[in-house]
Amino acid sequence: MTSAPMVLSQARLPRWAPALVAVVSLALAGLPALLSGWGPVRWVFAAVAVFLVAMPLWSRLVEGRRAAVDRLVTGLIHTAFGLAVTPLVWLLYVVVRSGAPAINGEFLSVSMLNVIGAEQGGIFHALIGTLLITLAAAVISVPIGILTAVYLVEYGGRSRIARTITFLVDVMTGIPSIVAGLFALALLMLLFGPAFRAGIGGSIALSLLMIPTVVRSSEEMMRLVPDDLREASYALGVPKWRTITRVVLPTSLAGLVTGVVLAISRVIGETAPLLVVAGATDGVNTNLFDGRMTTLPVFIYSQYASSTPVGYQRAWGGALVLIALVMVLNLVARVIGRIFAPARGR
Amino acid sequence: MTTTASSERTERRLEVRPSRRGDRAFARLVGAAALTILFTLVAVFVFLAVQGWAGMTSGSATYAPFTSFVGYIWPLIVSTLLASAIALVVAVPFSVGVALFISHYAPRPFAAALAYVIDLLAAVPSVVFGLWGGRYLATYLQPAHMWLHDHLGFLPIFGEPSPNGRSLFTAGIVLAIMIMPIMTAISREVFMQTPRLHEEAALALGATRWEMVRYAVLPHARSGMVSGMMLGLGRALGETMAVAMVLATTPTVTLDVIGTASPATIAANIALNYKEATPERQSLLIATGLVLFVVTFLVNFAARWVAGRSARRLGS
Repeated sequence: MTSAPMVLSQARLPRWAPALVAVVSLALAGLPALLSGWGPVRWVFAAVAVFLVAMPLWSRLVEGRRAAVDRLVTGLIHTAFGLAVTPLVWLLYVVVRSGAPAINGEFLSVSMLNVIGAEQGGIFHALIGTLLITLAAAVISVPIGILTAVYLVEYGGRSRIARTITFLVDVMTGIPSIVAGLFALALLMLLFGPAFRAGIGGSIALSLLMIPTVVRSSEEMMRLVPDDLREASYALGVPKWRTITRVVLPTSLAGLVTGVVLAISRVIGETAPLLVVAGATDGVNTNLFDGRMTTLPVFIYSQYASSTPVGYQRAWGGALVLIALVMVLNLVARVIGRIFAPARGR
Repeated sequence: MTTTASSERTERRLEVRPSRRGDRAFARLVGAAALTILFTLVAVFVFLAVQGWAGMTSGSATYAPFTSFVGYIWPLIVSTLLASAIALVVAVPFSVGVALFISHYAPRPFAAALAYVIDLLAAVPSVVFGLWGGRYLATYLQPAHMWLHDHLGFLPIFGEPSPNGRSLFTAGIVLAIMIMPIMTAISREVFMQTPRLHEEAALALGATRWEMVRYAVLPHARSGMVSGMMLGLGRALGETMAVAMVLATTPTVTLDVIGTASPATIAANIALNYKEATPERQSLLIATGLVLFVVTFLVNFAARWVAGRSARRLGS
């Protein structure tokens, strides 16, 4: 700092420097990749490693230590994102590749009843079970969730009890799904004896997991409704409860539906609680209140646990159907939210 | 006569106040819904305690191959903690890196889309993660087991490597992938709340982007990150299927995380043994579930408390 001429600017690498280093790294890593026949994955990994060394090194020589650290961190953060996305891409690829051959009309339309050995069998019973149990869970949790949100937004204010409930809802989102299953099991055991299993138990367990998500999303949506609307309604002499049911809820309807659909897509893939409380069966059971009921995730698990090639095949087919269901629900939720979103802001 | 009647009527109509009865009933209804949440949480605890009590205090035969409740649950607890620790060690740097990427490094127009991609990871059902972990990831991670044993074998946690990769280590990696989205989401949120002026001041003083992040963003976000990690920990402790499907379980006490013989985690143990018909064993499983519930409840409680405290501090 004491040296004579004060220089305020510093040598910088050109803008295209990272691109150049990337290309050179790919080439450098390509050499051993070609020689020892690595796959593309290994080649890219090696290239990234070369890049993470070369880029800071060059920067260190030209720009100095601080810039070099900056370059290194930038590289690391990009790498972290790339690595984080890898499992998603890999998993989706594997599910589609292994699951697609299993899917055909028969797979979707028959149950596993009387399916022996390497016969194909199907997931019809699991689809019915998933549909019924999830629907019942939604029927239980949507009213409770939305009414709780109404309480928090319209009645609770900043009172102690409202804050306590907000806090408990947050804590409730962290309940392990298996504990929800055990709770439903304990409840049913207490009411109907230790050997009782029914789909409704699964619904109770799922609604325990669903309620907090519904509360949080509905609360957020109702808070977006401008106070002007409420005040206009009060000024016309409309009672509070009519204001809520006729003004607040319809205005936030799209958001509420989005939240509910997202919550459904979250619980539709739950396995552990259903395994514990709804059990598994090979046939179609349409009675929620009596007898075991298979859902799609439990079907996948039990086929996986059978450890036979045909079992694995069925499990992958089921996984593909399940992922497709979840993704479609996700997409539907986003589309509803996008299309019917109220104009925000002023 | 007609005029007085009509004016009387209007007067009366003006006097009619909007029905308070409907208001009161509705207020009670929503209040009841809100209290349901409270009662449900209490009920979870009470029912698990009532049904699980027998499982904590029954004859020693119930706990085979162990002789007491503590003996039965101890290996499960060790396993749960080990798997969660692996998951956290792997997921924490990644979630911070990815959150920083989305909040400060990615080009603005893509940030929302990239955040959505990470959220998609959270949408994948756990059973599919388990399927993938058991059939694919385990095979690919097996060389990593060998490497860890060869180079870090002096540590007790890296003992004899598993030949098929279906170890606690692999289960921990799958858990890491599963808890990363929520940790990323929370870190991202707090990173984005960094006051713009702090960031710009840092840059104006000549800080590089990393120095800006290091001295303006991270200190601001510390408690948010801690809370996110604890939420991730809560998830990892309670996650069931990934562990149940990846791990081949043996009821022993071992610290070795890459070997073939590891006990299940508490949650996975419940899922793997749910078919056991005897009422005592069922009570026992419910009792272990109670332990899990209390532990995750405390972890989540602490996480939310930390998050709430930082929010209050920022708000005031």
